[in-house]
Amino acid sequence: MREEQVGDELGARLKEYEGCPAAVAGTGKDPVNAPMIRHWCEALGDTNPAYTGPDAIAPPTMLQTWTMGGLSGHRGRTGAYQELLGLLDAAGCTAVVATDCEQEYLRPLRPGDEVTFDTVIEEVSGRRTTRLGTGYFVTTRTDVRVAGEPVATHRFRILKYAPVPRAPLPRRPRPVVNRDNAGFWRGVAEHRLLIQRCTACGTPRHPWLPGCNACGSPDWDTVEASGEGTVHSYVVLHHPPFPAFDPPYAVGLIELAEGVRMVSNVVGVPYDEVRIGLPVRLEFQRCDEELTVPVFRAVRR
Amino acid sequence: MRAGDRLPPLRIPVTRTLIVAGALASRDFQDVHHDPELARRKGAPDIFMNILTTNGLVGRYVTDHFGPAAVLRKVAIRLGAPNHPGDTMLLTGTVEEVAGDTAVVRVVGANGLGTHVTGTVTVTLPEAGA
Ligand SMILES: [Zn+2]
Repeated sequence: MREEQVGDELGARLKEYEGCPAAVAGTGKDPVNAPMIRHWCEALGDTNPAYTGPDAIAPPTMLQTWTMGGLSGHRGRTGAYQELLGLLDAAGCTAVVATDCEQEYLRPLRPGDEVTFDTVIEEVSGRRTTRLGTGYFVTTRTDVRVAGEPVATHRFRILKYAPVPRAPLPRRPRPVVNRDNAGFWRGVAEHRLLIQRCTACGTPRHPWLPGCNACGSPDWDTVEASGEGTVHSYVVLHHPPFPAFDPPYAVGLIELAEGVRMVSNVVGVPYDEVRIGLPVRLEFQRCDEELTVPVFRAVRR
Repeated sequence: MRAGDRLPPLRIPVTRTLIVAGALASRDFQDVHHDPELARRKGAPDIFMNILTTNGLVGRYVTDHFGPAAVLRKVAIRLGAPNHPGDTMLLTGTVEEVAGDTAVVRVVGANGLGTHVTGTVTVTLPEAGA
C-alpha cells in the first residue's frame, strides 16, 4: 500500500463523512436462531457443544451474520452511507473487500434474541494503491443491542477499490526433459518422486544422470521417495521477479529421507520462516494442464 | 495456562465447498466468494474466503483448544493473503498474556501465499481463574 494524497479531491470529500451514522436503528432480518447457528457450525466444522442443545448460545464470531443485509439489501442504512458508497462507485471503486474485523462480545447471543444495531462511519482513508487496485479504506463501528441492552461492538474495515481485471498469469517455465531425466518427469506426472539408484553399488542419486558418480556404472533402477525430508539450505528470492512467480518466495535445497538432495519451493509457511532443518513433506503442485512439479510443504510439529 | 504457551496447530483445507458454505452461512452473497469468473473480473485469480468465515475459524481454533466452557470476549483480525480454493491454512496460536481467568491469544493463519490472517483473541476460562 502507498499513500497518494496529492490531488486526492475525492478523498477529501469522503473524509467529510467521518462521524456520520451509516445505519440507525437497524434490525436483524431474523432473530438469533438454531438453524442458522447449525448451518454456520456445519460450514466451519465447529463442533463446540456450547452451540447446540437447549442452552445453546450462538458462536460469538457469528455476530455480523445477524446484521447482514443479504440478497434483499440492508434495512436502516442512512443516506450518508449510501452517498459515500455512491461517490466511490461513481469514481470506479465498485469492488469491495473486507480487511479488518474487531468484535467485542459483552454477552452471548441466544436463540430468540432480536438484534438491533447502529453504525457510524469512523474513518475514511486517503487514496491507496493495493494489489487488487486503487481505492479507499472505510472503517465503521457498529453497536449491537438486544432489547436496548448493548451485547456487542463490531469495528469493520473494507477496501472499496477500482478493480483491475486479472490478466492470465504467464505460464511457469517448462522443465528441460531429455533422455537422461525423462523417467523422473514421467514419475512426477504420476505423482511419484523417483530417485535413481545405481544397481552396481546401490548409491542413490539426484538429479538424474546417465552414470554413477560413486562407481561409474551405467546401470540403474529407481526407488520412490517416501516424501519425507528436511530443509538442508534455502534462499529467498526477492529480485528479479520472473513471470509466473510471485516474489518473495523460498527455494529450498531439500534433503530427502533417502539421502539425496533436490531443489524446489518450500510452501505452506511464510518465506521468512523457512529455516535449515525445517521438516517438510513432498506434495505435487499442478501449475497448469501440462505441468505438475514436486514442491515441499512445511510440517509443523 | 501461561504466557508463551503454544496452541497445537490446526490445519484447515481451504476447499471451494468451505469458501462457499462459509459465505452463505454468514449471509455474505458477494460474488467474489462464490463466482470464479466474477472474482477474476475484480482482480482476484479465483474466489476467496470471506472475512466472516476466517473470523469464525479463528474463534473455533481457540475454543477447540480451551473447550466449551471458554468464553470469547474479543476477536480482532486483519486479513492479508487471500484463502483461495486448493490452499491449506495452518492456524497457530500463542498465549500472549494472562490476567486472572482471561488470556489473550495471538493467532496467525498461514497459507501457500503467505499470511492470510493475524489477530488476537481474548478468552475467559471460568475454571482457570477460580
Ligand atoms: Zn554405483
